[in-house]
Amino acid sequence: MLDITTTRHNPLVDPVLSVWSWEIPVYLFLGGMIAGMMVLGGLNMLRILKGERPEGFYSVQTPVLGFVMLNLGMGALFLDLAHKLYVYRVYMAFEPTSPMSWGSWVLILVFPVLILSALIRLPEAWPWLGDRIPALRGWSEAILARPGLVKALAWLNVLLGIGLGIYTGILLSTMVARPLWNSAILGPLFLVSGLSAAAAMVHLVSSLVPGHPAPRSFLGGAFAMLVQPLGANPPEAKTSVSLVKADLAFLAAELVLIGLLFIGLASSSASHVAAIDLLTSGRFAAVFWWVVIVAGILVPIVLQWLELGHRIPHTVVPALLVLAGGFALRWVMVGAGQASHMVAAVGM
Amino acid sequence: MPRFGMVIDTLKCVGCMDCVVACQTENDVPLGYCRDWIVTETRGEFPDLSLEIRSERCNHCDNPPCVTCCPTGASHVEDFGKTVQVTAEKCIGCKACLSACPYGARFVHPEGYADKCTFCLHRVKEGKDPACVSVCPTHCMVFGDLDDPNSEASRLLRSRKHHTLLPEAGTKPRVFYLT
Repeated sequence: MLDITTTRHNPLVDPVLSVWSWEIPVYLFLGGMIAGMMVLGGLNMLRILKGERPEGFYSVQTPVLGFVMLNLGMGALFLDLAHKLYVYRVYMAFEPTSPMSWGSWVLILVFPVLILSALIRLPEAWPWLGDRIPALRGWSEAILARPGLVKALAWLNVLLGIGLGIYTGILLSTMVARPLWNSAILGPLFLVSGLSAAAAMVHLVSSLVPGHPAPRSFLGGAFAMLVQPLGANPPEAKTSVSLVKADLAFLAAELVLIGLLFIGLASSSASHVAAIDLLTSGRFAAVFWWVVIVAGILVPIVLQWLELGHRIPHTVVPALLVLAGGFALRWVMVGAGQASHMVAAVGM
Repeated sequence: MPRFGMVIDTLKCVGCMDCVVACQTENDVPLGYCRDWIVTETRGEFPDLSLEIRSERCNHCDNPPCVTCCPTGASHVEDFGKTVQVTAEKCIGCKACLSACPYGARFVHPEGYADKCTFCLHRVKEGKDPACVSVCPTHCMVFGDLDDPNSEASRLLRSRKHHTLLPEAGTKPRVFYLT
């Protein structure tokens, strides 16, 4: 028997660490999704450069959506800070051992890349803005006239997207004090989950107003700009099919990585084995198994499989489930990870 | 340059909490928070029980995860004494260090920055012991330079059985408990 009592009573630390609330899962989810959009968008920019028709691809316009969501994510991150006035300090230093420092600088690079990528189609996607700022059309044409710049932008999207997607997992996995996070699987898991959420999000928004010309009004144009990644032309059938196929591959990879995470924990120290209990019983278990695994991965896999076989009609239901599952994964990992801690050896 | 550490004799500690009160008074620790605390650990089955009472605090680790994860350098290893300190004006309150510490030694000060035991560096620079050490009625705590083989702390570590907290974390704590 080992019985430990303590007089420590620090808020947010005792009895269970709970320093990160809803803001961090929201940021991790949005950041992962933006990362996935950048990777998918960058790869498609490369295909367009090879002469394929741009309207045939999803993700052409995701930089605009990504830019807006990045601001929302950064806003959530800012809300989480306890010493807000000193936030500028992040950019007064680069700490090579700190994944958070790496992530902060990656985010600074992501902004201009997203803005430049968004400029390619911004005047056409949001005519109201394009009419009022004629220079936008000039910039758009200037970028398109330089294939080298588009190619560089495409690769920057892919590389920064991978960096952004993977750093959030690495940030958590480097913490030896939290056995549930302390796995190298977490980086790739968050990256793949972000790619899956990105495919689902693009699928979802492209279903809202498929193939209609962008409205010329301010609000309607702004809305269409965000939710019409396919542009004014009707999407080709292969676009949505390729989205579903990509999402299937991402979901399958996510399932494998979660399996590897469990194997790693189960075959490690007593603290790591104890961390599994947080996902198999307790207050996070129901959300993890029912929302993350069943509703967020297994059901979308089955539905999308049936859609590809033309056995059921194409709907946005799998995309909605994938997004819910992607957020739930972050929420569970952040919450349960904080609750996981190193356990003292009973036989010491 | 010294490398400060603390040696605490668990056979002498009675858990009176004088160290806790002294720290709160000396460092103006906000009400409801603590930089050091008392842990009572009971092992075995009745009637064969053993009891260890410990005064715990930041371990000022040689390999501090709170320092490596800090994005601004606010958490740092001070040159003087190689202790782990926080510069409040650099801290953004991201709380990564709180998550990274296996000992739960840190907390968020009501003003927003990460806070913890400093080994009373302001007193040590004046040649005094940390407040907790100076008030201990059983003299169970010894503060000193671990790199000086003649310091009382080093001699105690050479002559007595001791352990650190969660050595498997690889943090190399510098608060030692004599058993």
